[in-house]
Amino acid sequence: MRRKHTRDFTAWNLLALVSFSSFAFFFLFPLFRLIVGAIWTGSGFNLEPFKRFFATKYYMQAVINSFKVSTVTTLIAICTGTTFAMIMRYFKIKGKKIVDILLLVSTITPPFLGGYSWILLFGRVGWVTTWLKNTFGFIFPGIYGFWGIVFTFVCHSTMTMYMYISGALKNVDATLNEAAANLGCYGIRRIVKIIIPLILPTVLSTALLTFMHCFADYGTSSLIGEGYNVMGTLIYTAFLGEVSRDATLASAMASITLIFTSCLFMVQRWLASRRIVEMNALHPIEQKKPKGIIAVVTHAYIYLMTTLAVCPIFVVAYNSFQKASGFLFLPGYSLDSYRTAITRLGDSIQRTYAYGLVAIVLIVVIAVIISYANVRHRSALTKTADTLTMFPLVVPGTVLGIAMVLAFNGAPFYLNGTAALVISVWVIRRLPYTIRSTTGVLHNISISVEEAAQSLGANPFRTFIRVTFPMLFSGVLPGALLSFIASITELSSSLMVYNFKTVTMSIKIYTEICKGNFGVASAMSTILLLSAVVVLGILFKVSKGNYEFTL
Amino acid sequence: MSITINIEHAKKAYGKNVVIEDLSAQIKPGEFFTLLGPSGCGKTTLLRMIAGFNTIEGGLIKFDEKVINDLPPHKRNIGMVFQNYAVFPHMSTRENIAFGLKERKVREPELSNRVNEVLEKVQIRELAERMPSNMSGGQQQRIALARAMVINPDVLLFDEPLSNLDAKLRVEMRSVIRHIQQQAGITTIYVTHDQEEALAISDRIAVMHKGEIQQIDEPVKIYRKPRNLFVATFMGQTNILEVDIDLQDVTVTGTKVTRHFDRINNVNHVTKGKLVVRPNDFTFENQGIEGVVIERIFFGTITTYTVKTNIGDLVVTRDVNEHMKEIGEQVHLSFPVEVVNVFEAEGKNMSIMEDAG
Repeated sequence: MRRKHTRDFTAWNLLALVSFSSFAFFFLFPLFRLIVGAIWTGSGFNLEPFKRFFATKYYMQAVINSFKVSTVTTLIAICTGTTFAMIMRYFKIKGKKIVDILLLVSTITPPFLGGYSWILLFGRVGWVTTWLKNTFGFIFPGIYGFWGIVFTFVCHSTMTMYMYISGALKNVDATLNEAAANLGCYGIRRIVKIIIPLILPTVLSTALLTFMHCFADYGTSSLIGEGYNVMGTLIYTAFLGEVSRDATLASAMASITLIFTSCLFMVQRWLASRRIVEMNALHPIEQKKPKGIIAVVTHAYIYLMTTLAVCPIFVVAYNSFQKASGFLFLPGYSLDSYRTAITRLGDSIQRTYAYGLVAIVLIVVIAVIISYANVRHRSALTKTADTLTMFPLVVPGTVLGIAMVLAFNGAPFYLNGTAALVISVWVIRRLPYTIRSTTGVLHNISISVEEAAQSLGANPFRTFIRVTFPMLFSGVLPGALLSFIASITELSSSLMVYNFKTVTMSIKIYTEICKGNFGVASAMSTILLLSAVVVLGILFKVSKGNYEFTL
Repeated sequence: MSITINIEHAKKAYGKNVVIEDLSAQIKPGEFFTLLGPSGCGKTTLLRMIAGFNTIEGGLIKFDEKVINDLPPHKRNIGMVFQNYAVFPHMSTRENIAFGLKERKVREPELSNRVNEVLEKVQIRELAERMPSNMSGGQQQRIALARAMVINPDVLLFDEPLSNLDAKLRVEMRSVIRHIQQQAGITTIYVTHDQEEALAISDRIAVMHKGEIQQIDEPVKIYRKPRNLFVATFMGQTNILEVDIDLQDVTVTGTKVTRHFDRINNVNHVTKGKLVVRPNDFTFENQGIEGVVIERIFFGTITTYTVKTNIGDLVVTRDVNEHMKEIGEQVHLSFPVEVVNVFEAEGKNMSIMEDAG
């Protein structure tokens, strides 16, 4: 019952077109350039880098490694995450509030920081390793290699999984459960036949995200993997490495990764479109108090996973107050690390926040325009925009970074090393999340509220400013704050596009870790995390604890 | 002061799907006019054409002499109340009500005065500073009503405003709406699918079916003198009996019950038709349609019987004060000629004189 092709329709579609064009310019164009650049030399096709890639055992091994790491991590994380979400949803767990807050804090920790602190604990000279050796004479080889990477990713991904799945579980109406029981289906059978199918779309999307993260992650794998090569590290070294620099090879590898992840994305879209489950629970499932052995097991599981998730933060925070010299921590405490950290961070602190703020404003504006146009004034254009803006979800940060550099490096743009490039990378990477949540909020705003405003004399523009936007804003803000945090802690693509003028905090931290200045890195991380926690505090305040994660 | 709404040959189509073909009606100044019909009959579509949220594909809609076809909604000076209240959730009651006034650049102290006045009128003074989120449906609908009234609209539009409320509140709000409308004397169009609500609240009712107006009349006429079989059956429960007609004599097919209708003007010599008897128009007599009581439901003020006869099961409702029949009891059903209607097989009522015929 919508008016078609009115002035509003034209106006919103025009706005969407402008937003989408800028998105396309900073995202689709570089990817296109990347793929073209990899196969076209200017005078003809050049498949040599691809041939070299597929013929070299070293590279193929990295592909296989990436597959292994991602598949194993995703499978484990699906199990651990779903279990975690179900326990948290169905049982009364003691200290649930604190667990929730800790987990939220843990998800804002960049994964590379996790890898780094696991090294501090379980590395060759890690606390636990040393303690084991001194006490039991047991020599632990360290957390390096395949299982180290998997472990770090699982710790991190379980919590992301939990957040999204928990949101989906919240929407399963208790009466569905009761109806199933009434029809003779209960216990495990009920979980398998009713609950799992209902949350499956969410699980699949989240699993895909996890897979993507692992597949192309650079930071964690390079810190913990040591000799264990994966695609992310290969691409990075080929592109920026000191020894084996080869930009064509790098873009060939990036293209391969991109094509592969795009296929995954389409499979996921197709799966998601096949089973659309619309749910909105009027009667959320009531939580039961676990008894006996179940109580012990559930609590142990929740506490263990939470500890694993937040452990890195506390390790880093503790370290930052220790006396340190290079990668060795000395007995005794001091604030030296902070002094050095602050001097070295310099104006990168302000820069990080300034970029973050600009990015978040852009993200919200673009997301609101595209989702409003698509929900209220749907057209072929808005539908395309809506679908394609999801695509960054599956484009690895490293690949995006390389594509950006290749596209905007030379004439006529010369954007390399400018703030614009860093900010646009952040915007693109977080846009899908904000568009999803904005669309969700918009679907819940009845169109008659806007019609009421119009019939009371507000023109369409005033209606949007006075009614639609304020109503949207409270729903969009939590997501926007999370995006802000994610942006300021972003590493893998910033690392590709930064230069000395646009260094951000997470890049500084990474550089310090690589140099082995663990104390300084810890202090810097603590500063970064602390600011993220402040933003989280605001989030809790504005949303009154009612934030939701949708995908 | 109140305006007349003229709908002249209005047409609504979504692509090739024509919802309203050619609809005309005139709503008189200050009138409470109800569009009544089953869902999908086009009543809400028509209302939204008047409000400006649906385009008009043909014909004219005029407020007095002014054609409003292409006027955007915000320039029509309409107060509209929605089924889901559509109260702005991020504004307090007072801000909600002041919204339209602010859009009209009304300044203090007039702004506050007018808001306070309408708050009084709909009896939500004590809710003025509260946010709508924790209010009941009835309270929210009062805000919506106040918000629509305060701008002194030319036209008030109600789109099934009471259907989300529970039965008791519905009756209460019904009289609030009616009362306030009468005081203000604003031309009002009200959409509902609830025939009882329509009868209770309206000056005139237009019964709609499949995009066409079947009958426009006062509530009593709609109920007592339905123009066709659709209107008769839509306005409450009915018994439909097959009848044989011989000029003005009507015999219930399969029985010996015959009635003489003076008011039938059977120029076309129709011989077959349908007799519509409302359950409460049947009386238990010594003679009439024979039957046996097979079911009895006690509702308090009335009792409903199902009577099995050789022409099918008939529904009868009688007052509680009347002597109750027992299940299995033999009864005879009769009906007074004055209150029943006879329809031709195609549905036209042949027992009413055509207006200005």
